[in-house]
Amino acid sequence: MTRKAADEHVGSPTAFSVRGLTKVYGTGEAEVRALRGINLDLREGELVVLLGPSGSGKSTFLNILGGLDNPTSGTVSFQGQEITALGAGGLTQYRRDHVGFVFQFYNLIPSLTARENVALVTEIAPDPLSPEEALDIVSLSDRIDHFPAQLSGGEQQRVAVARAIAKKPDVLLCDEPTGALDSQTGIGVLEAIEQVNREFGTTAAVITHNAAIADIADRVVIFADGALSEVRVNERKIPAAEVSW
Amino acid sequence: MSALNRKLLRDLWHIRGQALAIATVIACGVSTVVMSFGTLESLEITRDAYYEQQRFADVFAHLKRAPASIRDEIARIDGVRSVDTRIVEAANLDVAGMDEPVLGRLISLPRRGAVALNQAVLRRGRLPDGKRPDEAILSEPFADAHGLLPGDQIQATINGHKRRLDIVGIALSPEYIYAIGPGVIMPDDERFGIVWMGREAMAASFDLKSAFNDVSLSLMRSADKSAVIRQLDQILAPWGGIGAYGRADQISHAFVANEMEQLRSLGNIVPPIFLAVAAFLLNVVISRIITTEREEIGLMKAFGYSNLAVGVHYLKLVLLITAVGVALGFLVGAWFGRAVTELYADLLFRFPVLYFRFDLQIFAAAGGVSLAASGLGALGAIRSAVNLPPAVAMQPAAPTVYHRGLLNRMGLSKGLSQPTLMILRHLGRWPIRAGLTTLGISMAVAILVASLFFFDAVEHLLDIYFHHGQRQDATVVFSEPRDIGAMVEIGHLPGVMAAEPYRAVAVKLHLGARSERGSITGLDGETTLHRVLDRDLNAVSLPHTGLVLSTQLAEMLNARTGMRVRVEVLEGRRPVVDVPVTSIVEEYIAAPAYMRRAALNKLMGEGRLISGVYLQVDSQYSGQLYRHLKETPAVAGVSLQTAALDTFRKTMAETLNIMLFFYVLFGALIAIGVVYNSARVSLSERGRELASLRVLGFTRGEVSYILLGELTILTLVALPLGCIFGLGLAHVMVSNLNTELFRVPMVVAPATFAVSMLTVIAASAASGLIVRRRIDRFDLVAVLKTRE
Repeated sequence: MTRKAADEHVGSPTAFSVRGLTKVYGTGEAEVRALRGINLDLREGELVVLLGPSGSGKSTFLNILGGLDNPTSGTVSFQGQEITALGAGGLTQYRRDHVGFVFQFYNLIPSLTARENVALVTEIAPDPLSPEEALDIVSLSDRIDHFPAQLSGGEQQRVAVARAIAKKPDVLLCDEPTGALDSQTGIGVLEAIEQVNREFGTTAAVITHNAAIADIADRVVIFADGALSEVRVNERKIPAAEVSW
Repeated sequence: MSALNRKLLRDLWHIRGQALAIATVIACGVSTVVMSFGTLESLEITRDAYYEQQRFADVFAHLKRAPASIRDEIARIDGVRSVDTRIVEAANLDVAGMDEPVLGRLISLPRRGAVALNQAVLRRGRLPDGKRPDEAILSEPFADAHGLLPGDQIQATINGHKRRLDIVGIALSPEYIYAIGPGVIMPDDERFGIVWMGREAMAASFDLKSAFNDVSLSLMRSADKSAVIRQLDQILAPWGGIGAYGRADQISHAFVANEMEQLRSLGNIVPPIFLAVAAFLLNVVISRIITTEREEIGLMKAFGYSNLAVGVHYLKLVLLITAVGVALGFLVGAWFGRAVTELYADLLFRFPVLYFRFDLQIFAAAGGVSLAASGLGALGAIRSAVNLPPAVAMQPAAPTVYHRGLLNRMGLSKGLSQPTLMILRHLGRWPIRAGLTTLGISMAVAILVASLFFFDAVEHLLDIYFHHGQRQDATVVFSEPRDIGAMVEIGHLPGVMAAEPYRAVAVKLHLGARSERGSITGLDGETTLHRVLDRDLNAVSLPHTGLVLSTQLAEMLNARTGMRVRVEVLEGRRPVVDVPVTSIVEEYIAAPAYMRRAALNKLMGEGRLISGVYLQVDSQYSGQLYRHLKETPAVAGVSLQTAALDTFRKTMAETLNIMLFFYVLFGALIAIGVVYNSARVSLSERGRELASLRVLGFTRGEVSYILLGELTILTLVALPLGCIFGLGLAHVMVSNLNTELFRVPMVVAPATFAVSMLTVIAASAASGLIVRRRIDRFDLVAVLKTRE
């Protein structure tokens, strides 16, 4: 992709507006400052890759964006609403209506088939895809009635992606989605994320250790020691299929 | 401390909630054993010591009158250690504030220095002065019931003469631990009391100088009791003896023995259930711990720990939990046991002394059985840990394989939400555990049903006895059999609405090798007050000839309809006649036998004699009537049905309530133990799964539904199952608790099922809520980082 493609989100409305975000775990000597005053805007439809070493704060950042964790100070607004002001019930509702998650360890429900794992989310979403459509997007139509135990790691992660996108979320938050996968399988998962981002205009944030993956992003945000060390627009955005590591 | 042991303690601390729940269930079982058998043993020892100290007799006999010289003849019977002759007579007592007659049993005190049996224990005051014939001692329960103390006076009609008695002392007697008056079924301390008086005073009153009318024997250890009784009967027959009997037929002793038998039955039936449930809980929890620790197990083995060391490590955990439960059970059991023993000994039996003895054997047995049950319960789980190859163990367990179940194949799962499917699949995946959990919860229901049904049974028994069977308001007992004309006189007294005669004759019934002492009650054909009932509660018209036996008596004699029973009459001309059994009727209280009154008169070779009259009384005039009856010399006593009903309820309540209270409490604890543990195990197995759902936007309520919905289903299945088990358990209890004194009818009221189920539902809900609080506190971030 070209610079132009990356710039096309510049005029888009802001999805997330993060101001002065701080997260401190523990107190006294045990105090760990996971985030130190982060300021960042994510625009709608943007695909952002978060890079950084372990403990640099990127997971904490993503968890707060996803409404799984509360900051010590600072605010996060989503579509103009300050989600950091929401209570537990409000956050549940926010996750339910707007957020799709993909985790490193899939977190599928072992007692439900692929279709049912997706249906788990579509049943409580206002305007979802059908589970079949979602699984079709991640090319798993043929394994639709298999239980997690009967699927490979890559297949399980693709079910997780299908589950995340089935509700047509406004944002897709992925924490090391390829961390437990070999490169071939991992690329398949990235393609699925990319496709959702492209076709539904879903804002996507992907955490990775793997710098090669940064090539698929519109913007790359690099964390170091709880702060942003660099935010750069990706000059040469390439499709996931062309990434290799 | 070795690292492994330190791990053990930390593991234990980590699962402290569950461990405590299991220990509590074990403690329930252990404490039931310790309490039941400890109480039983303490009471038995106390009773035996009491009997020993007060020289409670082995054989008892009452007669009309025998010269004092007969005493030596009795003493010569082989096996007799000592003989005590007394004067025992009835008297009407007049206690301030009581309209109805109060019956006193006058017992002569031995002359100074004489060796006596059945000695009373003086609790207050002093013995009567031999020179003052009006001094008397009262039995303590009677004195307490009326607030009488030494220095007070009571009026008595003694052999037709009104006397004022000076109370100089209060005493207890091993012969009257339960004081039960003639013609009544339960002790009533308000209307029946024991009065001890000087021998000379009584001899003068009843014209029994140098004579006696009651004899007690103590026997040598080697004595043949039935032979002694036979010879004593022969000696006393010419003197109007009405049959000697041993302790087993002594009514107070029979009551005490009956109470203790019930304690023993309860102690035998209930504890095994607790221990089985505890074993199951340990199995589930230890299995779960071993699953979560498989990587540690692999590591331990990789480091070179032997299979044995690994097995012992987990066995220690089991034994530690069990030991806590056993210790808790010992403490609680000994503590409650002491309290219960004191309750029984002081309130019920009024033992003047009390010995506690909680035999080490009881503790050892309870502890040993608990440890064995726990070890056995956890054996399977521990074996799977031992058998785990280290390389396999160190890899995370493969995801649990689920299958689509029956519902899916039948196409019935379409309408179900995914959370509901999760519940059903989880149940289907672990059917044995689900089954055992259901079984555990149902055991809680069963214990409650089998405990609470006693109240229904007693109410049913009372309803039948007092509202269908014996519907008279009062029973008048004559001091001697009288002509039927006496009924007419009584019928004319104020307030009498209906009167029915009866004849009661003391007999010994023989069939084959069995014989039983009792009485035959002769009733008229069509009776409206005292009715004999069949199984359907219909009044039975007594057949013109033959004997009608109660089920209990028929069982004791092994008699069936059509058999001929030898009736040995113990009074009057003492005829011995073979009489056919014409029918058997269900009676829950005592073991009566009936005949047509005319047939009984004929058997006795007497005219139209009656022993007393059943009365229906207009309550407005009852006071007046009872005052009249008190003045009638021919009337030995009057017993009132309402009073009998009250005392029956009171006596049953006092004895059973204490133990049943614990069983109800323990039943609820079982429910909590099972549900809480199941929920915790589910939570630890599925915490990640459920937290993932929270991340996906499921509310706490929706997530709780998945976890608690499963328990709700199991509880719902367990409830009816528990009711069925409860019925079965109640049946076992009934067959264990039936005694000669009363049979427990197998009746369970709907309310008992309801209360049992509601108690278990409440206990389940409480444990569910505790676990639900954990769902509310899920760390959503942590759960995503770790791989199980």
